[in-house]
Amino acid sequence: MKVGLFVTCLVDLMRPRIGFAALKLLEEAGCEVIVPQSQTCCGQPGYNSGDRRAAQTLAKKVLAEFSACPYVVVPSGSCCGMIKTHYPELLAEVPELQTEVQRLASRTYELTDFLVNVLKVERVASRFDGIVTYHDACSGLRELGVKRQPRKLLSQMEGLTLHEMQGPEQCCGFGGTFAVKYGEISARIADQKCEDIQSTGADAVVLGDLGCMLNIEGRLRRRGDARTRVLHVAEVLAGMTE
Amino acid sequence: MQIASSQFKAAAAERLKNPHLFKALSNLRGRMVTGRATVIEELDNFEEIREGARQVRDLALANLDVLLEEFERNAIARGAQVHWAATMDEMNRIVLDIARSNQVRKVIKSKSMLGEESGLNGFLAQAGIDVRETDLGEYIIQVSKDTPSHIIAPAIHKTKEEIAALFERLHGTPRKNDIAEMTREAREVMRPHFLTADMGITGANFLVAESGTTVIVTNEGNGRMTTTLPRVHVAIAGIEKVLPTLEDVSFILRLLTRSATGQSISNYLTFTTGPKRPGDQDGPDQFHIIIVDGGRTKVLASDLREALRCIRCGACMNHCPVYQNIGGHPYGWVYPGPIGSVLTPAYAGIENALDLPNAATLCNQCGVVCPVKIPLPDLMRKLREKQVDRGLRPASERIGLRLWAWAATRPAIYALTTKIAARVGRRMAGRDGLIHRLPGGGAAWTDGRDMPAPAGRTFRELYAARDRSAR
Repeated sequence: MKVGLFVTCLVDLMRPRIGFAALKLLEEAGCEVIVPQSQTCCGQPGYNSGDRRAAQTLAKKVLAEFSACPYVVVPSGSCCGMIKTHYPELLAEVPELQTEVQRLASRTYELTDFLVNVLKVERVASRFDGIVTYHDACSGLRELGVKRQPRKLLSQMEGLTLHEMQGPEQCCGFGGTFAVKYGEISARIADQKCEDIQSTGADAVVLGDLGCMLNIEGRLRRRGDARTRVLHVAEVLAGMTE
Repeated sequence: MQIASSQFKAAAAERLKNPHLFKALSNLRGRMVTGRATVIEELDNFEEIREGARQVRDLALANLDVLLEEFERNAIARGAQVHWAATMDEMNRIVLDIARSNQVRKVIKSKSMLGEESGLNGFLAQAGIDVRETDLGEYIIQVSKDTPSHIIAPAIHKTKEEIAALFERLHGTPRKNDIAEMTREAREVMRPHFLTADMGITGANFLVAESGTTVIVTNEGNGRMTTTLPRVHVAIAGIEKVLPTLEDVSFILRLLTRSATGQSISNYLTFTTGPKRPGDQDGPDQFHIIIVDGGRTKVLASDLREALRCIRCGACMNHCPVYQNIGGHPYGWVYPGPIGSVLTPAYAGIENALDLPNAATLCNQCGVVCPVKIPLPDLMRKLREKQVDRGLRPASERIGLRLWAWAATRPAIYALTTKIAARVGRRMAGRDGLIHRLPGGGAAWTDGRDMPAPAGRTFRELYAARDRSAR
């Protein structure tokens, strides 16, 4: 099965290991992975900042780059949500692209959703020793219904114990540019997330969106917690956490 | 009401420093959020009812002209007097005219957000009329010269201890610590006013077109006394409040109280159809209904129309991570939280509330709990687009976005820029792999958080290297 990997701009710049972990998981599940080299960003920062035209330009670029891929997989709920749930509205003014954008939206998947619901992966080969707690990042959860999929794969991993936090669906306060425009409020919201994570006694908080990871990790460390690891679900599933 | 939304940031910063507020708001995070989650389980087809409610509201909004005229005909047939106000000022003037022509000196009022929009209390007070709020929360707000911070729990920003101290000072009674006792005390203070008021003012949760009925949903019984004891009753309602039938009201009610306070039903539900009839024991001699536009038709004709579906339950603010931390006051006008971030710019002007649609993480918790499916994050995003279109964003942000879009559409330049950024970022980090202080705009991040450093090489570089070694 041919799959296009949309790495996402944050993973490319900040934490490439997540991209390689996604690559490994897909290849191990028997996919032939295509990584278009010209890819940059899905356009979300522009879209959520009200710069619709900039977002449209990038959406068209993604559309062209992945048009040949039967499936597109994204290791990020928010970037996947951008393509899957927002592109059709974003490109509504361009009627000639409607068929193509609908086609792209319908075959774009968040990584764990793709592994579980399309590839029917039952378990992954790697192990993780420790207690983890899973944070449901907002877009993955509320735009794409990613909830059961990562838990299903994680809970079957050898050595791994899943302890749920009290409010796994509560926003971490990241919100893209919100984290900078309203830094104080954002950090305060992150505080509650940090406390919830810490109260589980988990060795690591696992989630599927790098933006939220940076926010949670940044706040945990500033609060003096050097212990709780913040890991992407792809890193854990692929056994690439060191 | 005066709009103070342009001070959002400073007001929010101040609230973040207030430990009392955080404690007070824990009620909301606990009782209202978990209460709702528990009580919607009673309905095994909650999502279907939600979709039905959306359709009922949309259909009503699509037929406002017909429904409002039907409402007027039926209300008049039952003996009510119907007035139309294009603006909030006009509504205030009509209320005052009714008061003056009936020699009204004292007014008792049950909660109305429309009254907050128009600044009705202040307007009547200026005309020498004594206005008494009778909802417990609104009473607390009125006597402490405060403003409501929540649409159904106006005094939620105050702790029990703050209210106990207020009552002790104001009523000159020994300090009470029990909520039931404090409520009884307020009741005793209010009772004489109920009995001596000349006019009662209520809002309306719904107007029922088929019967000319106004409906209010309350928990304290003050609403019912306001509609029945004084000789004149004035109900004020926005044009969007109309529903075709009583059946529609009962349908929407299944969602309203559950979404609002986590109650299956409210303690009181008051249907008012006409004034006292010959032979009736209770009721006012006159029943006036003022139907107010106040900017609604403008919103109806805009791409923010879905916001008019709102049935004022407050679930969006109860569940909003921003509201949960700063409360309602920083939003600066009548409606706080996500719905306020849409209605405030829509009614009071986009340029007067620039922060509001931006001060949200777009987590969509509001959207999924809204009983009438208002796509709040989408509407906030539309408002952000309008700000950009009208050149209302700061230059630094506009240039930043322009530069980002320019680079992101040029892969070679983008690859080079990110390659450099990954290395510079790596160098900025300490041995712990964290950047403790970012320059320029990034400082807003590192003021409250560290920034985990980039790995040093981009995925693009590493992937190309892997590709080469594979060949």
